[in-house]
Amino acid sequence: MAHHTTSVRQPLILGTKTYHQITEDIARPVEGKANGMFKIVFTISALLALWGVACFAYTIGTGIGVWGLNKTVGWAWDITNFVWWVGIGHAGTLISAILLLFRQRWRMSINRSAEAMTIFAVICAALFPVMHMGRVWMAYWVLPLPNTFGSLWVNFNSPLLWDVFAISTYFTVSLVFWYTGLIPDFATIRDRQTKPKMRKIYSILSFGWSGSAKQWSRFEEVSLVLAGLSTPLVLSVHTIVSMDFATSVIPGWHTTIFPPYFVAGAIFSGFAMVLTLLIIMRKVCNLEDYITIAHVESMNKIIIITGSIVGVAYLTELFVSWYSGVEYEQYAFLNRATGPYWWSYWSMMTCNVITPQLFWFKKIRKSLLATFIISIFVNIGMWFERFVIIVTSLHRDYLPSSWTMFHPTFVDIGIFIGTIGIFFTLFLIFSRTFPVIALNELKTILKATSENPKPPHH
Amino acid sequence: MSKQVIYGVFDDEEVLISSAKALRGKGVKIRDVFSPFPIHGLDPVIGIKPTRLSNFAFFYGMFGTSMAVLMTWYMMIHDWPMNVGGKPSFAWYLNMPAFVPVTFELTVFCAAHGMVLSYLLVNKIYPGRKAHNPDPRSTDDKFIMEIQTADNKRVGQDDILATLRSTGAIEINQKELK
Repeated sequence: MAHHTTSVRQPLILGTKTYHQITEDIARPVEGKANGMFKIVFTISALLALWGVACFAYTIGTGIGVWGLNKTVGWAWDITNFVWWVGIGHAGTLISAILLLFRQRWRMSINRSAEAMTIFAVICAALFPVMHMGRVWMAYWVLPLPNTFGSLWVNFNSPLLWDVFAISTYFTVSLVFWYTGLIPDFATIRDRQTKPKMRKIYSILSFGWSGSAKQWSRFEEVSLVLAGLSTPLVLSVHTIVSMDFATSVIPGWHTTIFPPYFVAGAIFSGFAMVLTLLIIMRKVCNLEDYITIAHVESMNKIIIITGSIVGVAYLTELFVSWYSGVEYEQYAFLNRATGPYWWSYWSMMTCNVITPQLFWFKKIRKSLLATFIISIFVNIGMWFERFVIIVTSLHRDYLPSSWTMFHPTFVDIGIFIGTIGIFFTLFLIFSRTFPVIALNELKTILKATSENPKPPHH
Repeated sequence: MSKQVIYGVFDDEEVLISSAKALRGKGVKIRDVFSPFPIHGLDPVIGIKPTRLSNFAFFYGMFGTSMAVLMTWYMMIHDWPMNVGGKPSFAWYLNMPAFVPVTFELTVFCAAHGMVLSYLLVNKIYPGRKAHNPDPRSTDDKFIMEIQTADNKRVGQDDILATLRSTGAIEINQKELK
């Protein structure tokens, strides 16, 4: 098989693998028993999720007055968390769609779990605007439905409504894209089961997939078209999220740079979260041969690019606020850097602009520990970015007599921690019941990118 | 003569392709191939036409675009024109820039979901359907070629079996068709 391999690129599958070995390795976490460590982490996540649900229930029962919002700061942690989670949800579709169109083979070991992460992150994100409605049972009012008060429709001129369409399209399309890829892998798990109950479950999940030539030909077509559709979709979602701010007249929000700056930030934070999760998952699920240092390094390179775009955007914002000559705009940025929220601005700058630049060093880029630590820094920095944009722009508005500070209540904090719990609980369930790597897709690159492909014996 | 189905089992997709070429050279019709992953270059060999699913996606997308245009025109211009922030809704083309995001999202929504539904429909896969791959190993590491004697009146069964064996099938299974 020498003609398949190229020595220029690092192998993406380590060790001596056969097709069967790949099936075995990926099916093992699904079929094995959970160890003690898993149970402990799962319990903690589930408890955090429950605490979040309790805070949600308290908010619904009492009203959003239990949050720290006031008449000046009408958007704070809720929208910060919403944008943060949606941003994290950008990596999955970027990896599976854009990298598919660019024929990047390193996407194959990570796309499944990144897409799962996307779906769970979007679920967490969607909770915040729904909760912020206050009367959540009226959430269907955002849909263009005829109503009992006469035919007063939703306002299609409003970016908040564009968001409804963008997020729901993104969520459902990501979900079917993910599931379409999962069907053949569920079939592989199904055909290995000896216990009738497991067989039954995976038989339903696999939709009766048989892997005939015609099915595969259609599978490839549908994957390609979905990738083509998801590519502009993933870019549109954070563009529209940024328009929630950019189309308003608040100093610090009213800028045309927002859409590309938000998209770059979203990919930046998404990849950071993928790295945080995968560095742990490869260890826990024994997938070191499939999620290799080469994968981590490729993702770190994307972090350098998007982190640098974000850094340039911060500086451009500063420059334009000065160059515009608008004193409100100038004050908004002066206040960000030197006002009472200076600590959040400089946390953002440190975490998002300085730390990712460390990845220019090959040693750091290839170190799992350093990558893990920096990915946490980026996650924190990107949360602060949204906090800075939202709260520091609002807390000192046009009328100095209404200037105030935002203080989160225990409910604000509880809901945020709760969504982290929900996210990890869902991801942990996924990691033990779903094939976490697109195992059949991976078999197509075994001969070309394996360290040592074992020739089949005849 | 009874109708029989022959399953040639291979453990490498490239061996299967060369075997399929040899069989086709003899005029043998191959009913289907079951494999754990898509085998590139196989479809023309066994005579499978390229799928037209992506054409469908285009029409679903156009449907989404039209629905979005119609909906925004009806709700914002025709049925209840609102004057929000001194920007009255006189004509669809004047308000069009504000309708671009929703039109785009609905286009993608309809194209993607329509395509996936069609895909499930034409592939006849849905929850609860029984799998019909002949051998459970075909979703793991084996590639299985299905040949039916009823399709191949002119080529003898022995000839097919001999060709399969000589071109690298690791196993050949035969089954009586009811």
